[in-house]
Amino acid sequence: MLGIVSYGAYIPIYRLNREAIAAMWSKAVAKGEKAVANADEDTVTMGVEAVLDCLRDMDRRTVDGLYFATDSPPYVEKQSASIIRAAADLRPDILTFDVAHSLRGAGSALKVALDSVKAGSARRVMVVASERRVPAPNSDFELQFGDGSAAFLIGEGDVAASLEGSHHVSSEFVDVWRKPHDTYMQTWEDRFIRDEGYMKIVPEAVKGLLSKLHLTPKDITKAAFYGPDARTHASIGAAMGLDPKTQIQASLLDSVGNTGTALAPMILVSALEEAKPGDRILFATYGDGADAFLFKVTDHIEKVRDRRGIKRHLASKMMLPNYGKYVEIRELMEWESARRGARRSSLPVIWRERQMIFGLYGQKCRSCGNIQYPRQRICIYCQAKDNFDPIRLSDKTGKVFTFSMDQRAQEIVLPKVFTVVNLDEGGRFYSVMTDRDTTKVAVGMSVEMTFRIQMGPSEALPLEGSGLYNYFWRVRPIRC
Amino acid sequence: MESLKDKVAIVGMGCTPFGEFWDKDIVDLIVEAADEAFADANVTAKDIQAAWVGYTVSDTAMTGIILSSALQLQYIPVTRVENACGTGAETIRGAALGLASKTYDLVLALGVEKMKDAGFGGIGQAWPGKWHPVYGAAPEVGGAVGRYALAATKYFSTYGLSPDEGKKMLAKISVKAHYNGSRNPKAMLRNRITIEQVLNAPIIAWPLGLFDCCGICDGASAAIMCRTEDARRYRPNGDFITVKASAIACGPGWGKERTTYGYTVWEETEAAARQAYAMAGIKNPRKELSMAEVHDCFSVAEMIAVESMGICEKGHAREDIESGAWEQNGEIPVNISGGLKAFGHPAGASGGREVYEFYKQFQGKADEPSRQLKDVKMGLAHNQGGHPGNFVAGITIVGEPPSR
Repeated sequence: MLGIVSYGAYIPIYRLNREAIAAMWSKAVAKGEKAVANADEDTVTMGVEAVLDCLRDMDRRTVDGLYFATDSPPYVEKQSASIIRAAADLRPDILTFDVAHSLRGAGSALKVALDSVKAGSARRVMVVASERRVPAPNSDFELQFGDGSAAFLIGEGDVAASLEGSHHVSSEFVDVWRKPHDTYMQTWEDRFIRDEGYMKIVPEAVKGLLSKLHLTPKDITKAAFYGPDARTHASIGAAMGLDPKTQIQASLLDSVGNTGTALAPMILVSALEEAKPGDRILFATYGDGADAFLFKVTDHIEKVRDRRGIKRHLASKMMLPNYGKYVEIRELMEWESARRGARRSSLPVIWRERQMIFGLYGQKCRSCGNIQYPRQRICIYCQAKDNFDPIRLSDKTGKVFTFSMDQRAQEIVLPKVFTVVNLDEGGRFYSVMTDRDTTKVAVGMSVEMTFRIQMGPSEALPLEGSGLYNYFWRVRPIRC
Repeated sequence: MESLKDKVAIVGMGCTPFGEFWDKDIVDLIVEAADEAFADANVTAKDIQAAWVGYTVSDTAMTGIILSSALQLQYIPVTRVENACGTGAETIRGAALGLASKTYDLVLALGVEKMKDAGFGGIGQAWPGKWHPVYGAAPEVGGAVGRYALAATKYFSTYGLSPDEGKKMLAKISVKAHYNGSRNPKAMLRNRITIEQVLNAPIIAWPLGLFDCCGICDGASAAIMCRTEDARRYRPNGDFITVKASAIACGPGWGKERTTYGYTVWEETEAAARQAYAMAGIKNPRKELSMAEVHDCFSVAEMIAVESMGICEKGHAREDIESGAWEQNGEIPVNISGGLKAFGHPAGASGGREVYEFYKQFQGKADEPSRQLKDVKMGLAHNQGGHPGNFVAGITIVGEPPSR
């Protein structure tokens, strides 16, 4: 049996009420809210979150590949999948690549992953979709776009959802596009895009799939598919002949927003969270054609229930108080130039210390047993020399030993919460706390690790890190 | 191991006013402090055989050449030392060792810092590249206040103080500093403040607010030193001071990462005090010292330093602060100068400036009569660089010369 072994998802903790956007631009009241990645998050960091959620209580070393789909990668030239692999501490002897340039990237990556496993070139492959597109202020996209990610572990054997079949359509249809130097997406009249694009292409792919499998729309228990907004999403479902009351998995468009490449995968995670053995789940991505898949849920679904997924991440949120805060963390403005000198990073150092930075490996002294971070030659407890075992700290939790909240740090979201954490299994990690409510930060509070951008490459804000995204682990209050 | 006690003397000192001097560069500051010290010791630059110069963030300077070029010293040895904000203590220690070894007979120790050309308040990005580029960025390279604030939070929680109680306790330290500074003509901040002002000031790094932080500024201090047996040549009336102890303790550096570090003690200061008391033969610092100039870059820094040096029992600073034990008429005046807080903190100059305060108090030349201490015999100057868990601390104990 070939299919989905495990799943995971991530939704940033910050949400912006659409009323705040409407109020900013004096628009008619808009419904719902959208998820907004924190200033230290991008598609790579959100991808890591989804991968780690997907691999909860599983052996990370069994993953043979990582295919990453996004239309908003941090680098235009430089792979993102390799960074996610390193942070998730997957084996380095695996195939990683990025799928970009189309909203359907996740579907394409999934197809390649299924085929890789089927062909026997990999036993287990991680498919990750992540999106953090920046919409133009005061555009319809601004109301719609949200941020998030999803991940699926594809494999053979004890799958939670087995593949029944897939069907793929390629189309030269142009709906939204962005050229290398465009800051924002462009599109055409929405009625044209809807009628000729969404409404025709996805149903065509699904029709092709069902006819291949000799099934009818009635055989589908739940359908997880892309739609740019709630209304169009419902119309696409109707065009496929699905019952809107029972057969369509809730679109997340009102609560998370349109997460582009990651939207259909996130809806699929939501469907799997609620699925029962025997359910048939349709999964369809859209963009330059469409990919349609049918999965049948197995008994093994019960083994992969303990995920933060969509449900728990959705319930765990902090509202951005106003549009200004959104502008701030999205870097939508040109800011006052920094008078303090830029911080610099160094590629040789980052490379030399890659295990320490990406995998968050510390070391445990073989002489005295104390865990320490960062890497040392001589034990900071017992002074034994070069006598350590590496130990991964990214999956450890801890308690705040002390903290301070710096209002003048070089950081987008102030105050910067410096945090000294004593790890529950030993060792101390000196870090920055993110995704926090400053009124609740306290000595003794429980925290966990999260992979973030420590210094960004932006020159407008004082985050210059030699033009690189400098990823590192921060701590956050245990999320959910 | 021999003690340095009373082997060397300070026979002349100079100190510029500390402040924001938009019209002075590092050379102006060096010349001004050195001129006062030369005149005070009745010597000239030509008499100096070796010099130690300390600065930490002044990027217009390089090596010892900044000193030799500013003063036009002619091909003598100049050693540049750097212990971050604790640099000043190291200049005096270097000079003292040069004299005690009898390699030189008359030397200059000068600390200087030109900080106000940077374009922003605070220390900022002083050392790009000196810290781990990613891990080191987490604790914000220049963010001394964020690091000291960690100790304030922990001190409050360890000793059961609410943030309000803790902040109020620390506020009294800042009020004292400003009161003392207001009467010191060379001090940077000469305004008196109230506890309410301190508590209502903007937060810089919670729980520390604006008035918990010292004034970063420009300044220089200088000492002319010789062996004690030669001191009367320069000060025939005998009003010189001798070095009773000069100690430095450099921490192993990973305190903040070690679970055994509690953030309520400056371990390096504790170690330097141990060395210094042993060298000076001090058993009870609280009783034996006439005054202490303490590295109070932040209010919490003074409090924890006083405890770490054994002048106050650990965890009991609050009682001392409330009883006024560290005020001018208290058991042991702490920072009668105004301290780094009010006198100002040009990093490399502060350690020497602390000794200058004792020197003037000892000579009865405190300028403003109301701040002149009586019966000044022995004083301590505490100077440290780095941040909690990762300090280098220096303690210089000076006092009246041994009776002949």
